[in-house]
Amino acid sequence: MLNNIKMSIPILAGVLLLIGLVNTLVPKEFFSKIFTGNRALDPLIGALFGSVAAGNPLTSYLIGGELLKTGISLAAVLAFIVSWVTVGTIQLPAESLMLGKKFALLRNGISLIMAIIIAVLTVLATGILG
Amino acid sequence: MKKIVQKIGANWLFLIAVVLVYLILGLWNLQLALAGLEVFLGLLKKILPVLGIVFLLIFVSNLFLNPKTVAKYLGTGAGTRGWPIAVIAGILSAGPIYMWYPLLGELKKKGMRDALIATFLYNRAVKIPLLPMMVYYFGLKLVVILTILMILFSVLNGLLVERLTTQN
Repeated sequence: MLNNIKMSIPILAGVLLLIGLVNTLVPKEFFSKIFTGNRALDPLIGALFGSVAAGNPLTSYLIGGELLKTGISLAAVLAFIVSWVTVGTIQLPAESLMLGKKFALLRNGISLIMAIIIAVLTVLATGILG
Repeated sequence: MKKIVQKIGANWLFLIAVVLVYLILGLWNLQLALAGLEVFLGLLKKILPVLGIVFLLIFVSNLFLNPKTVAKYLGTGAGTRGWPIAVIAGILSAGPIYMWYPLLGELKKKGMRDALIATFLYNRAVKIPLLPMMVYYFGLKLVVILTILMILFSVLNGLLVERLTTQN
């Protein structure tokens, strides 16, 4: 048990430092510039960028809300915020070290695809239910 | 290379690599590196209480949960009862996702299924305290649909991850 705790401390410190780095190097305005306006491609772009972003999910809602106002499709915004909380590219080294490389890669890969599917299904279901 | 990894440990090498990135960034632009460190310290202050809880849970799980108990409720023999446990625990667990890796690693060693670990981690995305904020931005109907879909897909996520991890 102590070994597990000792092993996790440098990993957690590394992840926190990486999050600090990404939050500093990637300004929030950057996200509004990455979408193309293509309704088929934007959910994929949203999911990809959500997966490399890090930080409080609240930030993703704020960014998502602003993106909607600028005309970005709802599916793209939802893929972005779902991927933000379900995929962790920055945490991938930590997840690999503690839960296994294959597990971490598969879990994050599947979650990335699912973020797009969930986003599209949510938009469709919201439309159907009026 | 393999010898170095074994001697120092992949965990410490990871930290060293990140520190090196900071050093290089600091040489190029000190202000940016310091801003990154400021975010790091802010995050550290926020997560320390959660980290304390997680380490306490690891301690408690070590005292009370033996591999037989874990296997009974969260192992392959747990049947359907493992799913609601993983879903509810994932939704209720607080703090950032990476705080939970050590505890899950410990439970995995004791026999917890990969499917339930993945389901737990997926449900970490359902943040009850943040739901009002989400409703404010996206509306109640959409948030309810999204939350239900995420919970349903968490089970599918777990099943797929387990299926593929066990394949050669």
